[in-house]
Amino acid sequence: MSSRKKAGGRPLLSPRLRALALVLPLLLFILATFVAPLAEMFRRSVHDPLVADALPETVAALRGWDQLSPPGDAAYEALARELQEVRAENRARVGQVGRRLNRVESGMATLVATTARELAAAPGASAREKLIGIDAEWGTVDKWFAIQSAGQRFTTRYYLNALDLDRRPGQGVVRQEENRRIYLLLLSRTLWVSLGITALCLLLGYPVAHLISHARPERQNLLLALVLVPFWTSLLVRTTSWIVLLQNEGLVNDMLVGFGLIADDGRLALVYNMIGTFVAMTHVLLPFMVLPLYSVMRSIPAVHMKAAASLGASPFRAFWRVYWPQTLSGVGAGGLLVFILAIGFYITPALVGGASGELISNKIAQHMQTSPLNRELASALGVLLLAGVGALYVVYDRLVGVDKMKLG
Amino acid sequence: MRNPQQTLTRRTAGTRWALRSLAIAFVALLAASGCAREEEVPSLTIVSFGGSYGRASTKAWFEPFEAATGIRVDVVDYNGGLAQIRAQVEAGHVFWDVVDMDLADAVAGCDEGLLERTDKAALAPADDGTPAVEDYPEESVTECSVGNLRYATVVAFNTEKFPGEKPSTLNDYFDLEKFPGRRGMRRFAQENLEFALMADGVPPSEVYATLDTPEGVDRAFRKLDTIKEDVVWWETGAQPPQMLADGEVLMSTAWNGRIFNAQVLENQPFEIIWDGNVAGVGQHGIVAGTPHLEAAMDYVVFASSPENQAAISRYISYGPLRFSAYEYVSTHEETGIDIRPHLPPPPSDSSNSLFTDWKWWSDNADEMNERFSSWLAR
Repeated sequence: MSSRKKAGGRPLLSPRLRALALVLPLLLFILATFVAPLAEMFRRSVHDPLVADALPETVAALRGWDQLSPPGDAAYEALARELQEVRAENRARVGQVGRRLNRVESGMATLVATTARELAAAPGASAREKLIGIDAEWGTVDKWFAIQSAGQRFTTRYYLNALDLDRRPGQGVVRQEENRRIYLLLLSRTLWVSLGITALCLLLGYPVAHLISHARPERQNLLLALVLVPFWTSLLVRTTSWIVLLQNEGLVNDMLVGFGLIADDGRLALVYNMIGTFVAMTHVLLPFMVLPLYSVMRSIPAVHMKAAASLGASPFRAFWRVYWPQTLSGVGAGGLLVFILAIGFYITPALVGGASGELISNKIAQHMQTSPLNRELASALGVLLLAGVGALYVVYDRLVGVDKMKLG
Repeated sequence: MRNPQQTLTRRTAGTRWALRSLAIAFVALLAASGCAREEEVPSLTIVSFGGSYGRASTKAWFEPFEAATGIRVDVVDYNGGLAQIRAQVEAGHVFWDVVDMDLADAVAGCDEGLLERTDKAALAPADDGTPAVEDYPEESVTECSVGNLRYATVVAFNTEKFPGEKPSTLNDYFDLEKFPGRRGMRRFAQENLEFALMADGVPPSEVYATLDTPEGVDRAFRKLDTIKEDVVWWETGAQPPQMLADGEVLMSTAWNGRIFNAQVLENQPFEIIWDGNVAGVGQHGIVAGTPHLEAAMDYVVFASSPENQAAISRYISYGPLRFSAYEYVSTHEETGIDIRPHLPPPPSDSSNSLFTDWKWWSDNADEMNERFSSWLAR
């Protein structure tokens, strides 16, 4: 009864709570679709309990092992017992353990599966004899090191892998073998490609935005439509259209040959390489640069330039001292948008990038989707990429100031 | 000026009304979905690759299965991989029943407990009574999945570009002096390492033994080095026929079904070099924990009978796996041409084809993928 009285007299909730209730759906949405997945990504990149849960005593027996010669009998006995237990309890678990170990040491997938299957009937007096009898590899340091390494519940090994580093028995952390190093190269390539595309977008987008914002209203609509129509076209369509234009016997090469600028057998390689990636990505991302610039330029009164000219400034000086500083907020917003989108781009480089145009996101997608899955490594690469963007954002904030940014 | 207190009260009442009607709508929705579930006819969700292959599967397997059992088949397309299956199994909410997958995923999915174990004794024997398991080539049936077809990665070329001598062997694909021009190749370690070794003179039966040594892997990469500068890398199966038609490449590795479609349905002057082809097998697997386990198994049994397995070759140039199924292979339904020369060579004809060794790949894919990317990036 008291609640009804309350409802009749005063509002049920304080204004502050009501305001919270209004933003609650959005807050929950962001928590569920943004914060929670990020937290999960981070957890996955450092927490990998599969082997530790399946083979706890083996992992315990390997604690303090010198990594120079095969471990003591306790480790052999624990492994033999636990592999049989795991197999009896849930056969799929054996495969999971094998695949996890295979990430550290090639060949473990089959070795673990065969060993678990043959242990019950294996001849030999001790666990050591049985295991080595099934496969002599159990007498080597490397296989045991894989169990020790993958047996860490909380681990930095995926970050090490993501930075082309590796742990070796008895040597600690060393650089990955040269012919397997790839991630640092792709991370740095992704960074400079994104920066290059941002610069190119600015170079191309700035005059376009200027033209649109100072055109007559009816032409302004037409020009804006020219920017927006490609923007609304499917990304895949735009990417494949570039293939049609740029390929060896594509329109661009045909025209160049037709005008006699290049020989028929000297056609230019414009796609399936870095040129293709740059051209297609710049085209796809250009509207994200033009639109913020346009909205900023539109608010700059035309009299500013006239005033500068009447005070004796040359056109360049007037632009550089009066116009350009006023557009900086748009340049910042467009630049940041294009850069961040470019860093995560994936389908365009996959289609037009060829061998030299692969970016880090292609590798992340591969580890997430195709066998052998390695979601932990994909997560570590994702966290590194996110940290890189975060660091650049901080630098950007120091240099330009995020509060000056204007998105439209 | 209105009393703010009053306005607030009125708004609160409005909010409560809105919340109440929302709650009613929600309950109604729940009730409706509950009813729908009760009335459900028996149905099975089968997941496949879509495109021309998906259409062929519908004609060869899904529609006949519906007609034979009365179970409705809902077809879902996907792009391969285990990510979605894993998500369903981990969430404990499985809505895919049968999945058409490649052998690598079937083996990995089985290892990771994402697929049901299938009872091979339930499969129909061959017409002469040979038990089903013996009717399959080795390793084309796994603990959790049953093979459904045989495809091949081959080298193909556009005959219009070869007025004189035409390439005829895998060696010709790697021979830039004899046939200068760009080559299409899949951006993937698998199959390319095998192609390289076979072209370098390793007989198919020794390819995986050679790859098992570090020197063998180096040898494969050295052979790939010889054409690296002239390779255009492809990513999706639709690219090779397109690149051949556009003259972007002179020859390309490709999946044989895609080349067949271009040849027969689009009249492209393509030719396949069967020498040194790398054969793979497709699989039917059942997602672990499906509520329709029985119907799913019925489907797998249905699709794997010799006659039904051969039916796929009437709609696309993929061959059956069972030895006894080959007698049912005849013509292509749409054009009436003899399909046999367009199928990957049957296992009996092992002249110069290689069967992908998934055990080797499951042990080495982690390392080889890294090496391949690293090699590619340099």
